[in-house]
Amino acid sequence: MSRLDRALREVWKAFDRGFKLQPVLVPLYAILLSFFIGGILVWIVGVNPLKAYWWLVQGMFGSWERIGSSIARSVPFMGSALALAFAFRAGLFNIGAEGQMLVGGVTAAWVGTWAWVAGIPSVFAIPIVLLAGAIGGFFWGYIPGLLRATTGAHEVISTIMLNWIAVFITRWLINSKEPLILRDLGASVPRTATIPENARLPVFLDGEPSLHLSLIVMVLVCIGLAYLLKRTTYGFETITVGTNPFAAHYSGVNVNKIIILAMGLSGAFAGLAAAGEVAGTRGFFQPGTFAAMGFDGIAIALLARGNPIGIIPASLLWGSLLVGAPLMQQQAGVSIDVVRIILSMVLLFVAADAIVRYLFRLKSEGPGAFEIAEETGA
Amino acid sequence: MTGPLAFALLQTVEEPEISGSDGNFMVYLLIAAVVVAIAFGNRALARSRRRDQSTWYWLGVVFPIVSLAVLAALPTVPEDDEGVVGRRFGRRQIVGVIFGILGILMVFLLAPALTDQIRAFAFEPPKFGEQLQWGFSPRILVRIVGFLYWIVAGVSFLPKGRDRVAMIAQVVAAVVAIPTILAIALALSATATNTNVIILLDQSLFLATPVALGAMTGLWSERVGIINIGIEGMMLGAAGVGFMTYALLGNASSVPWMWIGIFVAVLTGGLLAMLLAVLAIRFKVDQIVGGVVINIFALGLTGFLRSQVIVPSGHTDGFATPDIAIPLLNRIPIVGDTLFTGPPLYYLMYLVVFMTWLVMFRTAWGLRVRSCGENPHAAETVGINVIKTRYLSVLVGGFIAGLAGAWYSMESTSGFEDNMTSGFGFIALAAMIFGKWTPWGAFGGAMLFGFARALGSRLQFLNVEVAGFSIPSEFFQAVPFIVTLVVVAGALGRAIPPAAEGQAFEPSK
Repeated sequence: MSRLDRALREVWKAFDRGFKLQPVLVPLYAILLSFFIGGILVWIVGVNPLKAYWWLVQGMFGSWERIGSSIARSVPFMGSALALAFAFRAGLFNIGAEGQMLVGGVTAAWVGTWAWVAGIPSVFAIPIVLLAGAIGGFFWGYIPGLLRATTGAHEVISTIMLNWIAVFITRWLINSKEPLILRDLGASVPRTATIPENARLPVFLDGEPSLHLSLIVMVLVCIGLAYLLKRTTYGFETITVGTNPFAAHYSGVNVNKIIILAMGLSGAFAGLAAAGEVAGTRGFFQPGTFAAMGFDGIAIALLARGNPIGIIPASLLWGSLLVGAPLMQQQAGVSIDVVRIILSMVLLFVAADAIVRYLFRLKSEGPGAFEIAEETGA
Repeated sequence: MTGPLAFALLQTVEEPEISGSDGNFMVYLLIAAVVVAIAFGNRALARSRRRDQSTWYWLGVVFPIVSLAVLAALPTVPEDDEGVVGRRFGRRQIVGVIFGILGILMVFLLAPALTDQIRAFAFEPPKFGEQLQWGFSPRILVRIVGFLYWIVAGVSFLPKGRDRVAMIAQVVAAVVAIPTILAIALALSATATNTNVIILLDQSLFLATPVALGAMTGLWSERVGIINIGIEGMMLGAAGVGFMTYALLGNASSVPWMWIGIFVAVLTGGLLAMLLAVLAIRFKVDQIVGGVVINIFALGLTGFLRSQVIVPSGHTDGFATPDIAIPLLNRIPIVGDTLFTGPPLYYLMYLVVFMTWLVMFRTAWGLRVRSCGENPHAAETVGINVIKTRYLSVLVGGFIAGLAGAWYSMESTSGFEDNMTSGFGFIALAAMIFGKWTPWGAFGGAMLFGFARALGSRLQFLNVEVAGFSIPSEFFQAVPFIVTLVVVAGALGRAIPPAAEGQAFEPSK
């Protein structure tokens, strides 16, 4: 080891101590490595990877509008990722974010088009619509929680089934003409009526999609959840149930109550994000809106290691990749699915951090990077 | 198909619960109440429908009493010495009450509302000439089933020691519900007066094939202690890569290359399973995370391959696997054309389920596999190489998932669509949990799901009308998922996974 090398290491250590970079390093290197592997794949199909990535980055951050769109695109993913991350902390695997978003979205669109909502000031109308979405999501998350607590039905199965049921229910609510339920007969495609202006979320930056109030709401929810988990009794109980339900039970925690509430709240986060999409981006609800959002949310939550604050950058990454990919496809002729491969690689390397640590000679953080409870029958 | 279904359902029946020995008085009181209700109910029924009086009165009163008497005469299991008092009003009784309510609704509300005209179940596929039919009056059929449900309700309250009888009665009631629903739909149908049952069975078996295969994948990996949430990705990856091979090398239209395509699909499934195994065993990554990685990776990879390789090659569709008729057996009158005529992977599915059961529960290797899933440290103590067993077992599961993938892109249709498995890997997982981690139980779960799906589309076809509105198609599409949810939540009870599932294994030095 040369003197320069040693000196550099000293500088690095000081830097690291100052900014606590250690926990961020693995994801950072994982992203680099994934882009490298993605590049090889692009190269195999005969495209210059540098060219492809150039257009990808152009698409992600090429202009102020694109930066705005990248951020806006990531906002709903914060909700679906939070839905997974929070249930994760309680030892539950909530794959039902998609269904919870659908129900939340349709509830928000329904409440938003009530006649009296159009007549009240925005200060009241907006929270009412957002709250409606959260309540819808809460309800759809509450069902699997209740089933898990009372009958022991595995939440993985019940949330998947409820996803499908939500898909069909919302499709029926919107498609049905006879009886007419929520469909706007004036529109050319099946969708709900448009929410009146006073209940729409204020837009900060126009774009495709445009940036609106939902960003602030979701970031605040992320921070609030981090506080809840770290500093409150309820958060502590939730984590205890997640790590060891038996220990929680013997120390007097009502495990069933925690499970039901955790699932419900998870659903509420998803529903809130959906309401933000309905009242902010589109102004109406259309079936099929949230397809795949739940499953991408799983990846984001895992990428953030279930940490509510970590979800913010993780969803930013995914949202901007999704915004950038079409330009890459258009300009370099590379399928947009490359970004999905890259995401799975990032997830792989973050999860199997031993690979990254070995390749980049990082020191180990010690075991238990993931605080995931085993599947126990409690 | 009802045969294997009923058998599979029986496999999943819970072991009898301990119920209170001092609750017998209440139980007899309840039985008496049910009998009285039946008698009075029939009296009322007879008065309102004079025409039905004699037959239905006797059938409704005598049959339950006789059957209860027979049941009461059955030998009881001796009560346990310690006099353990368990739940007197457990799952069995709740299910019984539900059947009772259903029975009352059917006899008093539903049956009078149904048509008296003859509807029919058709049996043979039309190509054999004249169809076999079984005609019935929906009103009478529903009434009979309603009475049956009353009996089942009564039987559910039999005292401890008759748990087995109660369970069988409830399973029978559940199975009977299937033709009853079809009959009700026929009665309410605006267009049809008969419906072909055999084609319905054929479709259920067809739709159940990938689910059953996927469930076996889950079984192989979960029984050895690795949670497999990546079945979906394994199936999708196998479907995509398998079809790509078939399209590129055989122009999607040559039978030998199709078999090579299927082989490649199987290998791909194995490869993806290996990825899960390496992540879970070597790197001790959380197994759910490992599965999610596989799902997303497969989705991205197959999408990429489709738009970069398959579509440019110009061979997006072609021949699918041909039907094979098993000689002699396919000549059995009613079922021959359904059960013994089918594409190759459909037969392989039966073989895979049977072999899974045989290997898992009748061989030493299977015992090793299961011990690694229940208590790996104990397994290690007796000299089992836990790591090796886990790798091998997950790999076998991956091969099976590859078959399921090949079913999607080379048997159900010839071609590949993005995300063509559309969540069925998770349904397979549900079927496995439904079957409580047993091969036949999981098979039954897959059959139930396939049947619910076929029934949903059939009901949609029958154009059922209630109170002037035709029932929306979305409802029938949701039927399989609602059925699975209800079954998992209600009839199944707490499913207990292998004890060491999800835990990384650290070999002792």
